[in-house]
Amino acid sequence: MTDNYEVRDVIDKETLSTVKSVGDTYKYGFSTDIETEYAPLGLNEDIVKLISKKNNEPKWMLDWRLKAFNRWKKLKQPDWALLEIPEINFQNQYYYARPANMKEKPKSLDEVDPKLLETYSKLGIPLTEQKKLAGVIEEKPEEKSEGRKVAVDAVFDSVSVGTTFKEELKSAGVIFCSISEAIKEYPDLVKKYLGSVVPISDNFFACLNAAVFSDGSFVYIPEGVRCPMELSTYFRINAENTGQFERTLIIADEKSYVSYLEGCTAPQRDESQLHAAVVELVILDDAEIKYSTVQNWFPGDENGVGGIYNFVTKRADCRGRNSKVMWTQVETGSAITWKYPSCVLKGDNSSGEFYSIAITNNMQQADTGTKMIHLGKNTNSRIVSKGISAGKAQNTYRGLVQIGGRSQNSRNFTQCDSLLIGNKCGAHTVPYIEVNNSSARAEHEATTSKVDEDQLFYCMQRGIGEEDAVALIVNGFCKEVLQALPMEFAMEAQKLVAISLEGSVG
Amino acid sequence: MANMLNIDDLKVSLEEEEKQIIKGLSLSINPGEVHAIMGPNGSGKSTLSSVLAGKDGYIIDSGTVNFDGSDLLEAEVEERAALGIFMAFQYPIEIPGVGNMNFLRTALNSQRKTRGQEELNAADFLKLVRGIAKDLEISDEMMKRPVNVGASGGEKKRNEILQMCLLEPRFVILDETDSGLDVDAMKLVSKGVNNFSSSSRSFLVITHYQRLLNYIVPDFVHIMVDGRIVKTGDKALALHVEETGYKDFLQLGKEKH
Repeated sequence: MTDNYEVRDVIDKETLSTVKSVGDTYKYGFSTDIETEYAPLGLNEDIVKLISKKNNEPKWMLDWRLKAFNRWKKLKQPDWALLEIPEINFQNQYYYARPANMKEKPKSLDEVDPKLLETYSKLGIPLTEQKKLAGVIEEKPEEKSEGRKVAVDAVFDSVSVGTTFKEELKSAGVIFCSISEAIKEYPDLVKKYLGSVVPISDNFFACLNAAVFSDGSFVYIPEGVRCPMELSTYFRINAENTGQFERTLIIADEKSYVSYLEGCTAPQRDESQLHAAVVELVILDDAEIKYSTVQNWFPGDENGVGGIYNFVTKRADCRGRNSKVMWTQVETGSAITWKYPSCVLKGDNSSGEFYSIAITNNMQQADTGTKMIHLGKNTNSRIVSKGISAGKAQNTYRGLVQIGGRSQNSRNFTQCDSLLIGNKCGAHTVPYIEVNNSSARAEHEATTSKVDEDQLFYCMQRGIGEEDAVALIVNGFCKEVLQALPMEFAMEAQKLVAISLEGSVG
Repeated sequence: MANMLNIDDLKVSLEEEEKQIIKGLSLSINPGEVHAIMGPNGSGKSTLSSVLAGKDGYIIDSGTVNFDGSDLLEAEVEERAALGIFMAFQYPIEIPGVGNMNFLRTALNSQRKTRGQEELNAADFLKLVRGIAKDLEISDEMMKRPVNVGASGGEKKRNEILQMCLLEPRFVILDETDSGLDVDAMKLVSKGVNNFSSSSRSFLVITHYQRLLNYIVPDFVHIMVDGRIVKTGDKALALHVEETGYKDFLQLGKEKH
């Protein structure tokens, strides 16, 4: 069997000689020249108070933050992941940055600084309330075609700059706004659910987030409502030396449904930047949330200079009977990724799915996976993870499947595939499986393979250039996960897969 | 008439070990001709097809290969494909997750792009592929599957012929296309090849056995032994090999040393 893993020198020599600078291929590396207002450098109680004040928060929110901050001071940064993390000086960061003219929150999109709107349109995110068709050009506009609308909440550095389709959503009973707004407008909902999935002291980075989160998105889908359009948040880090700490809270009340998309980019900078987000999903009886992420933070250059350190806690709480959650992630960016979107399957018959593509090239490192915690009876989980490693990158899948003593007749299926390009990269699989009752069933399948030279030659003999051939093969490898994404995201992700691997072969 | 392909005193070694496989081979092929290369295992037949297609892992020690008057050995694999060189693989490769249609369209449009032609739109492409698939008795279901995954030997070879018909090359290498085929499949594949042949296209048929040549009739038969062509004749030569085997020719190979 070892022969299958034998490293082929041919590809690798060429890899080394032709690795292009990521700067050429990271097309979101531009920065927006806009006057920015910072909180003072570093982190202390005053900064926490300042952030709370900037957001005009009620006292209960400030108390919550301070509790988190005091707790965080006692916590240690975790070191169990297979990551080499340079020491992060938490006092040498800005914890709050906002475009200066965002002091007065714009009442509508018409009031948003055109420079910000331009930034988003350059990123391909329309902040105008137009119909956005699902990757297809509308050929006959006169025909009554509704198209597919996507509502967007755009977060720029520490603040939300605007949310589209708010009114239309409101008439369906859906609340979609920035979390800072929700704290003021819907305090009962926020108080009830914030921190109920990821508690303040859950982990070092989540705790830090609880203390200093500046904005993020809030979604509430009322009972029986199928959200009439896809919701999305687009995160953009622009300011230098600034961490982005956003918090997302989505509540799907009984019998409701929502599909939510999240995209992220950052300018290309030499200094590394910290991103520590928390996402909490609450799913009640018979409700369903689909949460898709395309993470394309700046990955650093080919020598590992710069890039985003991405430490994210995402968790879905399937509280209700028959509740359902599906996480889909395409992780192509960031210098370091530490992220385990998880499902707590509390409700009987609840189910959780996790589909992941993690691509690391050059010096990138990713330690990512999921946790499936089965507590209710007849709960189901499915994990499909595709890790692709090129250059000198290290890619780890880390997952926990835990089936509790009372979780009768529960099932898990895990499939974990790794693909290597070249012979300087690594792929690691660390699955933990804990089953505490005999009626449960857990299956685990894992494969490791290399982009096969014969496959490449076959494609090229048919006229396909080498980079296109690699993209084709890798996209084929990821197909099951790409299929889990909403249509327009899937197309974007496919292109992103190709771009991320540019220069990985000769 | 100008040669389409002209191989002159070609010597080729393996990259991984210092071993010469092709030891001075010359061959000229004109448009419209069908050449067969026969030889025992290890004579260098497959190496020749790999080198013409541009596969990695070989060192050209000396000699030249010209295609339409330009140096073929300088061209990248995909450029050779766009020039009109097609190789039907002895063991067609499986590409999991990549649908046949997607693969074919990517290949065709890549070649068109390289040649400076406009890409074919989805509707025209579909019409074209469906027509070819029908002639080769390839089902819609198979067209939807990932490239060669889960296909039988016969299906894979038919798929190769489909790719050939779609890409419309001018020079086709059939590398042991008959291996693993039953008589019916061989007839179907041969029919595909014969329908495709024309006065402007040439074929290099590499085979161990004579039987394929009953269906795809060659203009010239070359016997290759130990990295050289030791005898050239017509179809009768192939029949002679079928009766007596290669033993007469092995001696010829040695004498040339």
